[in-house]
Amino acid sequence: MMAYFIELLISGALTGLMYSLVALGFVLIYKSAGVPNLAQGALVMTAGYAVWLVMAWGLNVWIAIPIAAAIMFGFGLVVERLLLRRMVGQPVIMVVMLTLGLEILLRGLVPGILGSTPKPVDLGIDFAPIIIGDVFINRTSLYGGIVALLLVGASLLFFRTRLGTKLRAVSDDHVSSWAVGISVERAIGISWGLAGIAAVVAGALWGSSQGVDWTLSTLLFPAVAVVILGGVDSVPGVVVGGILVGVLGTVIPGYLDSIAGGSTRDVVTSLIILLTIMVRPFGIFGREDIERI
Amino acid sequence: MFYRLSGTYHTSYEADRKLWKIPTDRWLVIALLILALLAPLYVSPLYLGSYVLPWVIWSAAALSLTLLMGLAGQLHFGFAAVMAIGAYASIHLVRAGVPFELALLLSGLISAVIGAVFGGAALRVKGLYLVMATLAMQYLIDWVVVNVPAISGGAHATLRTPAVSFLFFPVESLAARYWLALGWAVLLTVFFMNVKRTSFGRALVAIRDKDFAAAVIGVDPFKTKLMAFFTSSFMGGVTGAILAFCFYRAVTPEQFGFNVSIQLVAMVLVGGLGSVIGSWLGAGFVLLAPIFLTNLVSGLAAAGWVPVSQNFLSHLPLMIYGAMIIGFLLLEPLGLAKIYDNIRKYFLVWPFRHARS
Repeated sequence: MMAYFIELLISGALTGLMYSLVALGFVLIYKSAGVPNLAQGALVMTAGYAVWLVMAWGLNVWIAIPIAAAIMFGFGLVVERLLLRRMVGQPVIMVVMLTLGLEILLRGLVPGILGSTPKPVDLGIDFAPIIIGDVFINRTSLYGGIVALLLVGASLLFFRTRLGTKLRAVSDDHVSSWAVGISVERAIGISWGLAGIAAVVAGALWGSSQGVDWTLSTLLFPAVAVVILGGVDSVPGVVVGGILVGVLGTVIPGYLDSIAGGSTRDVVTSLIILLTIMVRPFGIFGREDIERI
Repeated sequence: MFYRLSGTYHTSYEADRKLWKIPTDRWLVIALLILALLAPLYVSPLYLGSYVLPWVIWSAAALSLTLLMGLAGQLHFGFAAVMAIGAYASIHLVRAGVPFELALLLSGLISAVIGAVFGGAALRVKGLYLVMATLAMQYLIDWVVVNVPAISGGAHATLRTPAVSFLFFPVESLAARYWLALGWAVLLTVFFMNVKRTSFGRALVAIRDKDFAAAVIGVDPFKTKLMAFFTSSFMGGVTGAILAFCFYRAVTPEQFGFNVSIQLVAMVLVGGLGSVIGSWLGAGFVLLAPIFLTNLVSGLAAAGWVPVSQNFLSHLPLMIYGAMIIGFLLLEPLGLAKIYDNIRKYFLVWPFRHARS
């Protein structure tokens, strides 16, 4: 019984860290541009397809992922330039709807062109679980969790570099950043590109664990819960929120699903969103002056 | 049609406050209403049942949502859940022996109460957070509907609507179902046009424009927002019941999923926020344009003119739908209502250039 609980706990935490890979892209864009990017799930799906496509040319995983990352960086830049830049100053509903429109478009376009059957992405990870005592640990989740931690750490370091400092300045105030000579447009474009790179990592890992198809875009919902809980503009919040959402969303259904009749995970995720918004809308690490949106 | 403004002078405040200030507009609306009423006579049952009827019902749903989003400025991404409450409540009430007319009102009230409770919980926050809270509400209600067998009749079950009659007319034939839906949609349209002219409607607009400025001039923001949620959810609930009884006639939870909520928001946005004619045009456009374009492309593909795969064709409606949302937001954020308004203003004073109103 205890082993079951520990197994749920560990697999929940690791799944949560994999959610935070998706959530990281959301936070990167929100932090610099103030845009809630509801297309992040579809971006992860597109990135998964990109990895699969590059690997289908016969390239090694370790070459394929950087190439896919370059493609998605460019894609992020293009999306920002063509779509989001024209929405500056529009009410939030317009921006939210635009990203949702992008989500729907990608969900139709990418599987429509590249095929909707699940595509395998083989990262060379052994499918046999690691067994410690009575506890089974999924290797893909384990590596995913480690990569998530590394990526979040890298983002934290990145925000201390020259470019990262510019992005932080832009997230504080667009007009003052302009005044001191920072190109706000370029900073926001770069943050979209970085979100694209984060999507590649998420897409490759999620794709290897469940195959690449349109269902990857449904990762948006847990990612939104992670972001709301951790704070929409906080990079460390992604890790804490991810672990909490993952653990609660695995442990509670682990005991309740047999009683309540399945898929309580969505209920837990919804309740996390609702309760966070009612009790502490800006999340655990978010800034309180979030009202600007 | 032309020279519509010539000879139209408003010499009293009453005349200037009329719903249709220009006689031509009134005649146009009456003509449209007669055309709509006679639709079962000249539209084939196939088109009436699968295009016109859903258009009318979704227009009513878009009107309900635009009261909340367009007038009161409160975003709602879980409106399909509100409609689901109305649909399921009405079916269970009718099955329990409540007369259909009363069941419609009661199901509206039930949706209104639940919708207002969720709205009240979410009203501490604005903008993005309201979007997320209503989204969570959508998932919660979806789950409750699916997993409580007393509501949905068990997982993966369809619930057939019982035979009912409305004011002694059986709601059975296609024409009867169409007329009932049309009656409700027209009622909502008239209500919406008039609510803009009441103190309640103006309070909603004040809240939308700036809630603390509204508080300064004596509009209680919380109460007004709650009333907006209540009214809009009531309208949505009854529309959900109408949708169940007049169109689907066998209800499953998937018919009220998250995608439907997005579709409703898209209708409101494509039509133009807070506009009556926009709700009608937006609902028709979002509903019919993807079907029409997909049929066109599959026709071309069948003729061998465009080389596309079956997989591409099956994803085409999604692509068109997404591209449509993006296109409208970028090119005409005020929606179809604004396009209609531009055309109307052009013809108001044609052949001259500038319009007065």
